[in-house]
Amino acid sequence: MPDKVIVRHLRASFNKVEALHDVSLNFAENRVTAIIGPSGCGKSTLVRCINRMHEVVPGASCTGDVILDGENIYAPAVDPVQVRRRIGMVFQKPTPFPTMSIEDNVAAGLKLNGIALARADRDRLVEQSLRRAALWEEVKDRLGRPGASLSGGQQQRLCVARALAVEPEVLLMDEPCSALDPISTARIEELLLELKATYTIIIVTHNMQQAARCSDFTAFMYAGDLIEFGETKQIFTNPTKRETEDYITGRFG
Amino acid sequence: MLLNPAQQRHNLYRNLKSKIMVGLTVAATIVALIPLFLVLGYLLSKGAASISWDFFTKMPTPVGQGGGGMANAIIGTFELVGIATLIGVPIGVGAGIYLAENRGSQLAQAIRFAADVMMGIPSIVIGIFVYAIFVKPFYGFSTLSGSIALAIIMIPLVTRTAEEMILLVPHELREAALALGVPRWRTTTSVVVRTAISGIATGVILAVARVAGETAPLLFTAFGNRFWSTSLFQPISSLTVQVYTYAISPFADWQRQAWAGALVLTAIVLAMELGVRWVTRGTARVAR
Repeated sequence: MPDKVIVRHLRASFNKVEALHDVSLNFAENRVTAIIGPSGCGKSTLVRCINRMHEVVPGASCTGDVILDGENIYAPAVDPVQVRRRIGMVFQKPTPFPTMSIEDNVAAGLKLNGIALARADRDRLVEQSLRRAALWEEVKDRLGRPGASLSGGQQQRLCVARALAVEPEVLLMDEPCSALDPISTARIEELLLELKATYTIIIVTHNMQQAARCSDFTAFMYAGDLIEFGETKQIFTNPTKRETEDYITGRFG
Repeated sequence: MLLNPAQQRHNLYRNLKSKIMVGLTVAATIVALIPLFLVLGYLLSKGAASISWDFFTKMPTPVGQGGGGMANAIIGTFELVGIATLIGVPIGVGAGIYLAENRGSQLAQAIRFAADVMMGIPSIVIGIFVYAIFVKPFYGFSTLSGSIALAIIMIPLVTRTAEEMILLVPHELREAALALGVPRWRTTTSVVVRTAISGIATGVILAVARVAGETAPLLFTAFGNRFWSTSLFQPISSLTVQVYTYAISPFADWQRQAWAGALVLTAIVLAMELGVRWVTRGTARVAR
């Protein structure tokens, strides 16, 4: 499987304090890669560097290369807005736009980018995105209701649908299940397995069972360093590093 | 027994203390509301009798003639405040957006400080200022100068409320839009400001209500006019100035009209405040 995203010597800092020290790893195409590690280890910072969301935070900066399909997204000529259209993101907390209906939320990425669609095309896109996010059956009769009227788990799938509607190639998920109950979590996990046929998925999680269940590769990070990276089965059954073993067996973190 | 006697006594004492404190706060609320109802009641008793169809449609009459109304002052107030809103709201909202989106910058801190200072400047000082830089060198007393004075009072109010309302929009929403590949300006206008819009509208209406009741800055700028005028470049009448002129006059029927004018002005402001309630009835959900 070719590598979709290659991270090379990435260093990221907030107000000169380095949060990520020289991280390099590859993300395979059409695979789910999980990033695990204790709070504050730089997992979120790493994924936010991959779609240039890190720099949105005041005082944040980073150096190094992130290569998407052979193209460095940190090259001076690259527009971060274009990068974000190719690399979608789902956040920890569900964030439906409160002023928009369910269908407008799904179509928001296109509408806010000034892309006008014919009514029929728009409807098709909304349905297709909601189906991919496994939400269509639950909301098809109330597409005009506010996005915020859904339950937390549904809102998170709405956010997945919204990210998918822009047709990204890579989907970053930053602890997408941490605010959800086990049933909603299970739905999102099923979703990951379906989505990886089409997308390259990178998921940050605190939940090691989740990483073990639904990822193909796992990266373990600690204190801003990438400690170990490999196939999920190997990381969880036969880790090479002592820290990894301690963390996955619950001895620290 | 659930509690021993000492604990029971202690609980009774705590309940009593709680009741006394609640009683005191209720009393304070009532005392605070008394002036409001006294003002409204007094206005009604003094002014209601002089309110008639004529009051809204007729021009002021000379002393002693009786009758007449404040049609020109009512129109004047709407014109002055309307133009002030057209000038003040775009500037105020624009500055508020800048302050909220560039919170840490030195310029933002300077503007925020200046806006706070401006809010504290007595409105008569703003009237004198507009008189000095606009009325004297240009057209003399005029509607436009009155509106500019009112706009100067509105701008810091609108700026600060717009900023506060935009800051209430969760940061995550901004990031969610940016992560969809939406450019920053579009994120600000279509997601952030749109989410905050009912709060911003509240601030605007409150600022409009505030300047509708201003008298002092108009004395030096719009001046007042006994005749019908809607020209931007002529002096214009307003309810506040008309009430002031009539109230200090020695004539009983002018004084009666002053009460009626005060009542109408209060009703206009009250209607705007109710309008705010209506506009914001859904905000609790949005601001969550």
